[in-house]
Amino acid sequence: MATSVHIGEEGRGKGDAHPAPLARPSLPGGFFPFSLLSSLFSRNATFEHGIHPDYHKETGNLPIRRLAFAPRLVVPLSQHIGKAAICCVRVGQEVLRGQVIATADGFVSLPVHAPATGVVEAIGLMPAANGKMVDSITIRVYEADGQEVQVRAPLDVDSLDQKGLLEAIQHTGISGLGGATFPAHVKLSVPPDTVIDTMVVNGAECEPFLTCDHRVMVERTQDLMRGIRIAMKASGAPRTVIGVEDNKPDAIAAIEAALPADGSITVKALETKYPQGAEDTIIYALLGREIPAGERPASIGVLVNNVMTLAYLGRLLPSGEGLVERVLTVAGPAVERPGNYVVPIGTPLRFLLEQVGARSSASEVILGGPMMGMTISSLDVPVTKGTSGVLAFGKGQLPAETQRSYSCIKCGECLKVCPKFLNPSQLGLLAAKREYELMAERYNLDRCFECGCCSYVCPSHIPLVQQFRIAKALNRKKATV
Amino acid sequence: MSIELRTSPHQHSGRDVPVIMRNVVYSLLPICAFSIWQYGLSAAALILVVTLACLAAERINNMIRDNGNSLSDWSAVITGVLLALTLPPSFPLWMGAVAGFAAVWLGKSLFGGLGQNPFNPALIGRAFVQAAFPTAISTWVPAYMPHRFSEFIPSSLTAPFMVPPEIALWVKQQGMDAFTGATPLARWKFENITASSMDFLTGNITASAGETSAILILLCGLYLAYRKFLDWRIPVAVLGSAMLLAWAFHLAQPARYPTPTFVLLSGGLMLGAWFMATDMATSPVTPRGIWLYGALIGILTVVIRYFGGLTEGVMYAILIANATGSLLDQFNQPRILGGKKGKS
Repeated sequence: MATSVHIGEEGRGKGDAHPAPLARPSLPGGFFPFSLLSSLFSRNATFEHGIHPDYHKETGNLPIRRLAFAPRLVVPLSQHIGKAAICCVRVGQEVLRGQVIATADGFVSLPVHAPATGVVEAIGLMPAANGKMVDSITIRVYEADGQEVQVRAPLDVDSLDQKGLLEAIQHTGISGLGGATFPAHVKLSVPPDTVIDTMVVNGAECEPFLTCDHRVMVERTQDLMRGIRIAMKASGAPRTVIGVEDNKPDAIAAIEAALPADGSITVKALETKYPQGAEDTIIYALLGREIPAGERPASIGVLVNNVMTLAYLGRLLPSGEGLVERVLTVAGPAVERPGNYVVPIGTPLRFLLEQVGARSSASEVILGGPMMGMTISSLDVPVTKGTSGVLAFGKGQLPAETQRSYSCIKCGECLKVCPKFLNPSQLGLLAAKREYELMAERYNLDRCFECGCCSYVCPSHIPLVQQFRIAKALNRKKATV
Repeated sequence: MSIELRTSPHQHSGRDVPVIMRNVVYSLLPICAFSIWQYGLSAAALILVVTLACLAAERINNMIRDNGNSLSDWSAVITGVLLALTLPPSFPLWMGAVAGFAAVWLGKSLFGGLGQNPFNPALIGRAFVQAAFPTAISTWVPAYMPHRFSEFIPSSLTAPFMVPPEIALWVKQQGMDAFTGATPLARWKFENITASSMDFLTGNITASAGETSAILILLCGLYLAYRKFLDWRIPVAVLGSAMLLAWAFHLAQPARYPTPTFVLLSGGLMLGAWFMATDMATSPVTPRGIWLYGALIGILTVVIRYFGGLTEGVMYAILIANATGSLLDQFNQPRILGGKKGKS
């Protein structure tokens, strides 16, 4: 296991003005006396267990750049958790960039905005990242158009009450942009019997390769602060803690410089460790609280939001804009010009990869990070609101792919890394015997959030996470029958 | 471009079974070298023959079961080397080969191969020959015999299925008049003479091929623990519990019971604690299970040594603890984050 902590590899650009004050002492971690020592010296918050993969954050010092419009954009109606939006345009209709092309269907739903000015070419089933065909609106983009964003009337955030604010947030069409895609306004709607005392802002970005959150924290700090204040008002949270992994000292410095004087918002450095940015782990690291198993963070008075979500909230809400594009990382060894790009929603991955010069050797394309992201089966799949990264790898460039698997040698490494303190070894042995219900009943299968740490360390190359996914899916199927 | 579908995670630590096993073998090499330095040709031949026997047994098993080649996972090498290190250097080579086959077939293949075995295969092999050849396994030779690099100990070259010759006279002819043929543990048990710590550290004692230098075993084990190829909690629990118990006995009756240092350094405790008890397949995986398992080994070792009929108790202590491993895991499931204690 790589135990080295990668500090200062990234963020060399603007970050040079702020020499890494948060670097951990480089004691060898893990082995008993040393881990004890290093935990004594370490000033940065963290959780227990987890792994140190190779972070590959080389794109962290590359400024955000804009990508060209693809000739055709494919915009799915359901890019969020909840009910799909209802299409409100016809084939042949001209749409303006930023115009609502599908409206929210109820509270747990989001509208969809046209990502470019053009004409609706088709409405129908198109391939999605998960391999299914989903209802999508295909827009042929007008090449000669200036692509001005159509905005509604600017909003005065301060004059809105909580309810009005939540409605306005829904109109932006923003879902959780870290990848969870839960509608932002639903998350910020606190049930009447619940009091949120702290909002946690997740700037950990613990997935290897991804640096879009990093760049947004550095380049769009004011948007982020505005978004935080909007979210605090909407949720009633009196204070906010921003957690950022210590491999992004420039982001921490940028945020520190923008913090309000009243102390309601603070930033804390987190140890660079995967999965630092998971809901359970970041709450534990920053606040020392555990979410009771099976409950939401709200049950302990906490709300977690991703920096990208809040930065877009702060950017779009005051001007009344809708979400038509997002910042994402395009990287991987098969990409010639990796970096962070502003990409219109609906851009097909084929076009995206052509723009950044994907090598013809690329044989695997991942949406998201390499630990939790999924490979796609077709390059016609579009970028959606939840796409935080597009990674391309050539043959043999992903270490997880080739190795021969062995039977479980009961080394127990998986128990030492599971951030939820599950027993993946036992779960894996039960999965091999197809004891799926026993896995859920006795070994807390449903608490697994598929971070991938167990598979990452498994010396026998047992596809533990995949086994758990299958077990959960079969249990769900059984429960619904 | 053609694209492939795989499931996350797409990265791996790069540490797989062969890497772990190979590193354990590397860490055993200094112990082997020291053993050969002490006992010469016979120790070298014993290590070689036992290891080759284990590999042959593994390969034959592959052919019978038609399940590919499992030699490449290196686990049979560990079994062979460890087994050889627990045998007396004068052990007849053919008996060593029997031990090797017994270790792999009875200890591992019978249960389904790598990772499936409940008991440490090397110790199964040793237990087998302890029962089969009680005289040969308790016949000892002194270290540093003058002609050790040019001639074999006579018993080493016994023809297969023959009884090894008496070597006491031969040992005397080598100019080792003071040699008693008893291990420090036996001398303590039957004559109440304890060897000095210095002798243990330099390996100037009568012992199995790889158990002579506690300090070397400790260093090799520490290296593995530092590289995280073994779980440090197990040797700490084994040695800690053995030391505490021995210390309590020593305090109660100093004349009768030896010092904790003697208990830690003598016999196979050091090798067992670092290299046998830590066998991944046969030790628990839950945190509390690991501590209990280690403590059980330490306690059983001392109890067997003090009150049992045998002079040495590490082998049976580990085998008994192996048997409790899955039970210990069952009752010590970790408490999940944000949850109550895991149910059994």
